[in-house]
Amino acid sequence: MTTTTPVRPSPEVPRLPDGTRAGLLRRARDAVLTPRTAIVGICAVVVGYLAIVPLYYLLWGTFFDEHGFTLKGFGEAFGKGSLAGPMLLNSIEFALGSAVFALLLGAALAWVQVRTDAPLKGLFFAASLVPLIIPAMLYAIAWIFLADPHTGVINRVFGTQVLNVFSMPGMIWVQGLHLSPIAFLLMVAAFRAMDPSLEEAALMSGASRRATLRRVTAPLLRPAIIASVVLVFVQSMESFEVPAIIGLQAKIYVFTSRIYNVLQIYPIDYREAGALAVVLLAIAAFAVLLSSWLSRHASRYQTITGKGFRPRPIALGRARPFVGAAVIIYFFVTAVLPVGVLLWASLLPYYQAPSGKAVSSITLHNYSTVLHMPLALTAFRNSVLLGLGAATGVMFLTAVVAWLIVRTRVPGRRVLDVLASTPLVIPGLVMGLAVLFVYLRSPLPIYGTLWILLISYATRYLPYGMRYSVTAMAQMNNELEESALVCGATWWQSFRRILMPLMSSGILAGWVYILVVSFRELSSTVLLYSPGKEVLSVLLWEQFNNGNFTVVAAIGVLMVVTLMLLVGIAYRVGLRFGAGTDS
Amino acid sequence: MLVVDDLVKTFDGSGRRARSADDTRVLAVDGVSFDVQDGELFTLLGPSGCGKTTTLRSIAGLERPDGGHIALGDRVFFDGKRKINTPANSRRLGMVFQSYAIWPHMSVFDNAAFPVTVLPRGRRPSRTQLRERVMRVLEVTDLAAMADRAATKLSGGQQQRLALARALVGEPDLMLLDEPLSNLDAKLREAMRFELKRLQRELGLTAIYVTHDQAEALAMSSRIAVVNEGKIVQVGKPREIYERPASEFVATFVGVTNLLRGTVAAVDAADGSCRVDTPDLSVWGVMTGSPLQVGDDAAVSIRPECVQLDADTDGARADGSSGVRNEFSGEVGTRAFLGDSVDHVIAVGKQEIRNRSNPAQSIAPGNRVVLRIDHTRVAVIPPADQKTAAAGAAATETPGDAG
Repeated sequence: MTTTTPVRPSPEVPRLPDGTRAGLLRRARDAVLTPRTAIVGICAVVVGYLAIVPLYYLLWGTFFDEHGFTLKGFGEAFGKGSLAGPMLLNSIEFALGSAVFALLLGAALAWVQVRTDAPLKGLFFAASLVPLIIPAMLYAIAWIFLADPHTGVINRVFGTQVLNVFSMPGMIWVQGLHLSPIAFLLMVAAFRAMDPSLEEAALMSGASRRATLRRVTAPLLRPAIIASVVLVFVQSMESFEVPAIIGLQAKIYVFTSRIYNVLQIYPIDYREAGALAVVLLAIAAFAVLLSSWLSRHASRYQTITGKGFRPRPIALGRARPFVGAAVIIYFFVTAVLPVGVLLWASLLPYYQAPSGKAVSSITLHNYSTVLHMPLALTAFRNSVLLGLGAATGVMFLTAVVAWLIVRTRVPGRRVLDVLASTPLVIPGLVMGLAVLFVYLRSPLPIYGTLWILLISYATRYLPYGMRYSVTAMAQMNNELEESALVCGATWWQSFRRILMPLMSSGILAGWVYILVVSFRELSSTVLLYSPGKEVLSVLLWEQFNNGNFTVVAAIGVLMVVTLMLLVGIAYRVGLRFGAGTDS
Repeated sequence: MLVVDDLVKTFDGSGRRARSADDTRVLAVDGVSFDVQDGELFTLLGPSGCGKTTTLRSIAGLERPDGGHIALGDRVFFDGKRKINTPANSRRLGMVFQSYAIWPHMSVFDNAAFPVTVLPRGRRPSRTQLRERVMRVLEVTDLAAMADRAATKLSGGQQQRLALARALVGEPDLMLLDEPLSNLDAKLREAMRFELKRLQRELGLTAIYVTHDQAEALAMSSRIAVVNEGKIVQVGKPREIYERPASEFVATFVGVTNLLRGTVAAVDAADGSCRVDTPDLSVWGVMTGSPLQVGDDAAVSIRPECVQLDADTDGARADGSSGVRNEFSGEVGTRAFLGDSVDHVIAVGKQEIRNRSNPAQSIAPGNRVVLRIDHTRVAVIPPADQKTAAAGAAATETPGDAG
């Protein structure tokens, strides 16, 4: 975008020199009844509805029954015999372990990327796309193929049990590895923003390398460290895939898998599930609040602009080949191995570790099974429909709401901004449950249709859409819009013919991103879908639970290829747009 | 005394230049040698990318040279042959960075106190001694009143002084200053020049100062080393560098000059002066670079303030030489009033000569004038090949970013 001037909010309504009483009334009426007000109003209401109603029903359904206020659900969820204690500890251990592991990996890699002359830095970027291209569910399945205590490729190759994926360390390994690119990207930004002469000044003052790290580097990186730990912690806390696919088999329960379990036992105790969901939501929200409290001085650190600093990469010298090798190993372990093992498994009649015998039995049978599976076509069609629907709906809504937030001074626009961001802290499973609460009670007959999934997706991805739209809107000079108005265009004409095209690359980037994340959504879908309305991720989930691992692998490979294409497009668009796809 | 001998540093061209250049090593410092006496403010002056900062960082220990020798007194910092490389944090030097590198998470006091707080436990002073020592330095740098303020609350000039204070607290044997004034605005920069110079004098500091700003270098230095393309091209006192440039690069990089090219026509053995014939005029000057013979190509550097103008009352003389040594006749082309001076551009034949006059003298364009130039202030130097000459001229016109 070439138009990157600071945004000036425009006056709400063009002021006409008309002070009479009748004029005032007419203007008031005109202001309320313009198409602009109608469109913006409807979009604002829809966003508010999507964000508030599920939460309201969730809380209401958890805390109230036919007799009024109750805490019965909490008694069932956390009382005697519920094993809530170990579950709580597991959740914290899993989320914190993943966060710390991801941070250590991400920070080390970011340092190498920004500060050294290590070779093959391009691989970092490729690796940072892993969480987008390989959905967590497939990642977990791939690591079962790789690190099952008996049949896992890695354990077979080494002849001994190197890693047992069905354990807490195994779960942390998979989750942390999958999310390490998030920590990496955050730490890269932090290292880039930090003038290396801050550290050199400490060295010149006589400080040892350790003292420099402890007293200068670490405190300066603290905001980024907190941000990445909290982000990965919250995402792990909320994630359903690894706890469900690995944890259930290992009998290691966390919040999300417990909620899922509660909902699998008939008669379903929605109150107990609700109680678990509310506590999970509270933990996630608390973590986010804590991080913003801990980083409240973060902006202070940025007030010294590193004017005129040119980072000089540290020459690794003799260590360079070793660091290069470590880069290759990281890329190999995070990206090549998981995709490779999926591809391998997809070509076998039944899963076995690589061997001469296995190679001779290679077949494309699984792919033909998938292509001849009627359910697969339905699922693919549904996934595409939902992805397109959610992406289009969210981007349209958020583009209009972004206009309201960036360009006007309407009271309450900040509230709308916050509302549209809240789904970010709501775990997918909790969102699914909340939407379930709404439409089991609502007279709208959408339970059992694709619409309920669409509503859930649209709500979940509202925050992402907002980020893209607000950025795109803020980058645009207000005068572009004003000149259209001066030329005699109506608001809708200028929005459609000037703003939308100019925002298009940003909106397109957001659109593709939502399409990508919709494709792999499992945690809310798994509660909301009904037979006949499966999507790809549910198909994978069902096939996995039925033990058809090689078919799962084949579906997975097809999914990875599709996502790779989509991410490729997103990256090309995002590159021009500059918003990036970093989560 | 600091001794730098035959310092060499190459950079791996990987990264920005890797894909295009077939030769991937970039020679940043190419056999640099100099020494700095105690109490001297020694300046490395050169255009951006000339290797002056790399030289400074090699002395600091932040960059590992490929070869050469660096020693301060009897302490050897680096020796390529003996494989000595003292780590930066054991060299006991003070350094002021171009970006100041003030730690934003510490107060003013904590920033300045840092070098003392990281001393080995045995040598660390008590709290009161520490406070006293730091406050003394903050007093000198005029920051004592804001000791407890957050470092980020300081203005640019104050941050600059804090960076200096921090470097002083460690009581270093040698101060390294890497373009310390380049991030300040013009007024403040001028004030800080004198401030820095005063501090350096009063505290008897030995300092190496890196800058691309020739005015700064002339104003502050005890001695200047002009650096170009990784090599020191001339070392001398500011006046020597300005008045007796040894090469075309120095003449054009330091200050403004009229540069004429021609051939040596005559050499006067008695006073070492010589005559250079250019296409339009014959100029007498003194050789300030390597000696030239009759018939050699030469360049002539005439500073604008050495060109003295008088109204040509006769109006009859033809363009060019009047027969008297360094007396020419010409016509004023343009005139610019600069406040503290008036600049004229005078056409002598096809040659344009720039003059700088006292503001009292102002001659309107179109008038004929007589130019008189003291031949002892005209430098005759060997001509540079086109490339380096262009680099020097370009660097003068646009004092770029860091070097």
